[in-house]
Amino acid sequence: MANGESEVGADAPAGGFVQLLTPDGERVDSVTTDGGVTYSVDFTDDEYRELYRDLVTVRRLDAEATALQRQGELGIWASLLGQEAAQVGSGRALRPQDMAFPTYREHGVLYTRGIDPIMPFGLFRGVDQGGWDPNEFKFNTYTIVIGAQTLHATGYAMGVTMDGKTGNPDGEAVIAYFGDGATSQGDVNEAFVWSGVFNAPIVFFCQNNQYAISEPLERQTRIPLYRRADGYGFPGVRIDGNDVLASYAVTRAALDHARNGEGPTLIEAYTYRMGAHTSSDDPTRYRIASEVESWKAKDPISRLRTFLAKQQLADDTFFAEVDETARTVALDLRERVLAMPDPQPVTMFDNVYPEGSPELDAQRAAFARYQASFEGSAH
Amino acid sequence: MSRIKEFNLPDLGEGLTEGEILSWLVKVGDTIELNQPIVEVETAKAAVEIPAKWAGVVTRIFAEAGTTVEVGAPIVAIDTDPSAGALPEPSADSLAAVEVAPAEGAVEPGMIGGPAPGGRTAVLVGYGPKTTSAKRRPRMGTPAGSPTATTPAPSPTAPVSAPPAASAPPTAPVSAPPAVSAPPTASVSAPPAVSAPPTAGRALAKPPVRKLARDLGVDLGTLTGTGPLGSVTRDDVQRAAARTEAVVVAPPTAAPAAFDAAREQRIPVKGVRKLTAENMVASAFSAPHVTEFLTVDVTRTMKALERLKGRPEFRDLRISPLLLVAKAVLLAIKRHPMINSTWLGATNEIVVKDYVNLGIAAATERGLIVPNVKDAGRLTLRELAEALNALVQTAKSGRTPPSDMAAGTFSITNVGVFGVDTGTPILPPGESAILAFGAIRPTPWVHKDKIKVRQVTTLALSFDHRIVDGELGSKFLRDVGAFLADPEGALLAWT
Repeated sequence: MANGESEVGADAPAGGFVQLLTPDGERVDSVTTDGGVTYSVDFTDDEYRELYRDLVTVRRLDAEATALQRQGELGIWASLLGQEAAQVGSGRALRPQDMAFPTYREHGVLYTRGIDPIMPFGLFRGVDQGGWDPNEFKFNTYTIVIGAQTLHATGYAMGVTMDGKTGNPDGEAVIAYFGDGATSQGDVNEAFVWSGVFNAPIVFFCQNNQYAISEPLERQTRIPLYRRADGYGFPGVRIDGNDVLASYAVTRAALDHARNGEGPTLIEAYTYRMGAHTSSDDPTRYRIASEVESWKAKDPISRLRTFLAKQQLADDTFFAEVDETARTVALDLRERVLAMPDPQPVTMFDNVYPEGSPELDAQRAAFARYQASFEGSAH
Repeated sequence: MSRIKEFNLPDLGEGLTEGEILSWLVKVGDTIELNQPIVEVETAKAAVEIPAKWAGVVTRIFAEAGTTVEVGAPIVAIDTDPSAGALPEPSADSLAAVEVAPAEGAVEPGMIGGPAPGGRTAVLVGYGPKTTSAKRRPRMGTPAGSPTATTPAPSPTAPVSAPPAASAPPTAPVSAPPAVSAPPTASVSAPPAVSAPPTAGRALAKPPVRKLARDLGVDLGTLTGTGPLGSVTRDDVQRAAARTEAVVVAPPTAAPAAFDAAREQRIPVKGVRKLTAENMVASAFSAPHVTEFLTVDVTRTMKALERLKGRPEFRDLRISPLLLVAKAVLLAIKRHPMINSTWLGATNEIVVKDYVNLGIAAATERGLIVPNVKDAGRLTLRELAEALNALVQTAKSGRTPPSDMAAGTFSITNVGVFGVDTGTPILPPGESAILAFGAIRPTPWVHKDKIKVRQVTTLALSFDHRIVDGELGSKFLRDVGAFLADPEGALLAWT
């Protein structure tokens, strides 16, 4: 693909990517790909400011969660640090009727869906199974199994077509999130085949953060990931994953493509995981510091801040207010996480069968009696 | 709620049991903010900074840098309301109480929901201290909730276990008549090494361990537990029982005071040292080792090395005799593939490998590690030299990734760099042979029927006798020696 101006995309990998906001905070009017598709955004001043607020808040919540894990209050945490733009941009591009299938790192997408950020913390704190009603939030449960959700999303998208909810500008679309490592999974390749063949209304949103835990990208692919789509017969686009505008514009277009009944799209958001894979991982064992430093210069938040300041869309008062509000939200999250009740042992019998079963009921009763035999037991 | 809060080391990475304090970023008296990094801790998985859980003033640091702390043990105390003035007395008491586990409470110390050292409430690892109301099943035959329920009644042996002094002379109890007629509990208290701490409560031990102790006649109250929270483990009981036996069978009639704890240093076994020990024991007691020696004139190897250094291809590269020893090994493996194999007891198979992942034992600050050059047999000499250099560099900087240490097939240990002639190396687990390469010394040697000063070294090959017979081991070692005696000739003849 080609970019309009030569100095733009100077930080792009070979083959280029769609970038609408450079690391220096320069706005690019529009980008036309080799496929002839033109991408742009047309935000109001307020919308630019709210995108900035999203990015800062999402990062602040993530930092709080990382701290809570280090303080023994979460069993594990998968940080999104560095991937805020990919998640906020694509998340804000979703319309209310669209369905999202996350991995376990899509805290930013969850936030942009308007969901209370505490929702996944029961899982990470180990006080529930991480279950919620996907239909209520139009946001599937976090999926730990690598790439499995792409098949679920494909099946869901095929169902959307069967329900006759595609083929018009207000149709439904589905987005499936996954990482670069997942592209090596059979599940993801099967999902590509099925959605391609059945023209499913789905957007495959791959956050290529360069590492599958410790395995670098060159152990996943010999060609840029977005070009994999060619082999499955649908378009593939690479975007600057640290550019919230490109993430929004390309996801929006791909979702519309899908909801109009024109089939799937693969988006490769070229980004970088600034932190560890999860709190159980030590990235210094497989990454060099200079690489991390080079990505710091491409930070998704600082480029938008530079843009806002240069364009005089926001001043220091605004930035300070955003930081303070984010801090308040994070501290509120902390208090509520710490107050999460421990599950009662007897709840392990819940959610096994929707209607229960005689044998299970007997086991539950016996277990409740056993529990009641403890001194000071409340039940 | 108390204004002094203790922060316990959490499980930082899914199922860890301990961590080493690397460094404190704050000191006692420092005012800290919420989430301010306060300490760096290294676990088996990663080195991480821990952010402060509360804002306040650091009042106490329980574990200095360099100590290994169990998950759940307190590492720092923070005064969360320093503006309220000096600490009231009771808080000071509660700090002092940290040293000794409180024995009262309806739940046994160390049990989930029960009190633990530091006045904490023991909970599952990683999930924060909770001050839940203690609860437990009523014990049959004991009045529920009675604070004395967990205090053992004074036993007849109590006076023996009472003196807290560890240096009680061993001769006193030993001089008692042969303990056959004595009740088993009496003799247990005899061993001098058992330093009974002044335990206020009942010794911590899991129920199966208690049963074992009862069966072996060991009084748990006299043991110092080495398990979590000072609990008595199965091993502790067995050791105590073994000591008792030894004492009964062979009383040291005139034991000199040959031991002075003040002049001993105790180094905790952890990290690489622990892993090394486990590997060595696993290997030494599963694979029957045989070691053979060969002393070789390596003058020509040293000359070949000098010529190599002069060649443009090697000009910018550091090379040592180890490179040619590695080359000799790789060529000899090609001639004797069975030496490069693994014994699979589980499936009754010998796995002979067509690739050589050549391990090089490296002494690092953290201990012995054996990273390997993957598929070394396919490398050119220059590539091999680069790979060996990179391996050693990485090892010295402590950055060897686990993948570099996995799947070795043959190893070389270069003990010569320490100035010794040879040794009997132990096989890395899963490998069938290891070559020790001793110091190269100018030595009087019979060369072309005359005594000349030649560069001579000793090679030692240990091999797994289940796979490698004396004949194969000897031929292999002879070939390595033949190469080193005449590298250019061997290359022409063999390749």
